[in-house]
Amino acid sequence: MNTVKVKIENLNVYFKEIHVLKKVSLPILKNHITAIIGPSGCGKSTLLRSINRMIELSDGARVEGKILLDGKNIYNKDVDPITIRKKIGMVFQKPNPFPKSIYDNIAYALKVHGIKDRSTMDEKINDALKQTGLWKEVQHRLKENALSLSGGQQQRLCIARAIVSTPEVLLLDEPTSALDPLATFKIEDLLVRLKEKYTIVIVTHNMQQAARISDYTAFLYMGRLIEFGETKKIFTNPEEKLTEDYITGRFG
Amino acid sequence: MRRFHHLKDKFYIFTVSILTLISISALFIILYFVFRKGASVLSMDFLFRFPRNGMTEGGILPAIVGTFIVSILSVTIALPFGLMVAIYLSEYAKDNHLSSFIRVSINNLAGTPSIIFGLFGLYFFVNYLGFGSNILSSSLTLAILILPFIVRTSEESLRNVPSSYREASYALGADKSTTILKIVLPSAIPGILTGIILSVGRVAGETAPILFTGATFFIKGLPLSPFSEFMALPYHIYALMTEGTQPDRQVPIAYGSALVLIILVLLINILAIYIRNKKRVKIE
Repeated sequence: MNTVKVKIENLNVYFKEIHVLKKVSLPILKNHITAIIGPSGCGKSTLLRSINRMIELSDGARVEGKILLDGKNIYNKDVDPITIRKKIGMVFQKPNPFPKSIYDNIAYALKVHGIKDRSTMDEKINDALKQTGLWKEVQHRLKENALSLSGGQQQRLCIARAIVSTPEVLLLDEPTSALDPLATFKIEDLLVRLKEKYTIVIVTHNMQQAARISDYTAFLYMGRLIEFGETKKIFTNPEEKLTEDYITGRFG
Repeated sequence: MRRFHHLKDKFYIFTVSILTLISISALFIILYFVFRKGASVLSMDFLFRFPRNGMTEGGILPAIVGTFIVSILSVTIALPFGLMVAIYLSEYAKDNHLSSFIRVSINNLAGTPSIIFGLFGLYFFVNYLGFGSNILSSSLTLAILILPFIVRTSEESLRNVPSSYREASYALGADKSTTILKIVLPSAIPGILTGIILSVGRVAGETAPILFTGATFFIKGLPLSPFSEFMALPYHIYALMTEGTQPDRQVPIAYGSALVLIILVLLINILAIYIRNKKRVKIE
């Protein structure tokens, strides 16, 4: 059952002259949650953004190495980054719904994917809202502006928007860092349910969160992958001294 | 020593307050002055009737209508150009010589004295292109005058759209043009709309650009074709104060027209502020 969905091979990322990621190699397993942890500035977000080629939108970013999605290098010259982003959804640190209605926020994702039939759209939008647990809270106010929702609801809306087009991989960049504990719990719960359908990669600086929800953990430090393994093992019996120091809170 | 600092502080606050007060009072003194001189002629008839007896009696309806038509037409002409330049500058242009050249050109256009636009309009639209002296030529001239203002306000509104919206759109697999058209532009519309309305207010008060390109002292009826000459409030004021032989009857009408113009522009600006605030609340 442990199929590799995404394989990162010898990934180097530079911002102009700065070498941000150094020779990172990492497998990401299908239908599991992989957490990327590490202190601020270690390259967690850069690694995440490399997986859907969002990194290329940053000024001066340069990528070397390979990222294989189902065995095919997404950085091949003939691959359009747009098709990659359609297959790999992303949720950001700060909830970023568009200043449109709740319905239109999700509908936009479907339109980008070329789905325009009204009844198909309604069905998929309802489904995405149900999967994220938002349906009960917003079913009577789909026409209201998404910015009127609470922070936690906005973030779940962003997740709904990302999964409505059923991507293969879901990337989350510290999705709960701006949320209160209850909203955080709801999102963690949601992610654990979603891994049945999706392959999930989450960047977090909250180690309890990584321990609670992830199956595999990658520890990054100063642009290098220090250790990767099953979450249980990383948190109870890490092989590297640096990993142990970090997860026991000796630095970070 | 302490006492001295305290005194210095007080003196500073006093100076700042007084100078601020003087600056603001300029607006109210102008309003009071124009109102006192012009209010006596103000009436429904003044607003909705045609002038009579060589401008010495009657209303200023054609000048109000002319100002409206030319202002709205010129902004309508300038808008697509201004918006395209703004989209180019904020979304596509890299920080290079070309974009700084465009920026410098736009800024210089904004700094050009309005009488130069008048001369240019006369030469280019009226004579060279042969449009003649009419609403069309004046509107085109005013459109060039207002273009830099529209570019600037639109560019600013586009830049104020949080980059997180763009990011969210790209992450969903949208391409650049879809992101701009469906996400960035709609989010910037309140700001762009405010800029458009302020532009209408600005061109409504311009005199020099219409002086040689289409404004006239008197027309019969209303200017209903783009190829007809027109009356406009600012030019009407100018004409009443410089031509004719009955100053004692013309001057009050001039002040009345000035009052109408200033109220018109104030109303337009209030509308712009209202739209901006309303939309801002929604986005926050």
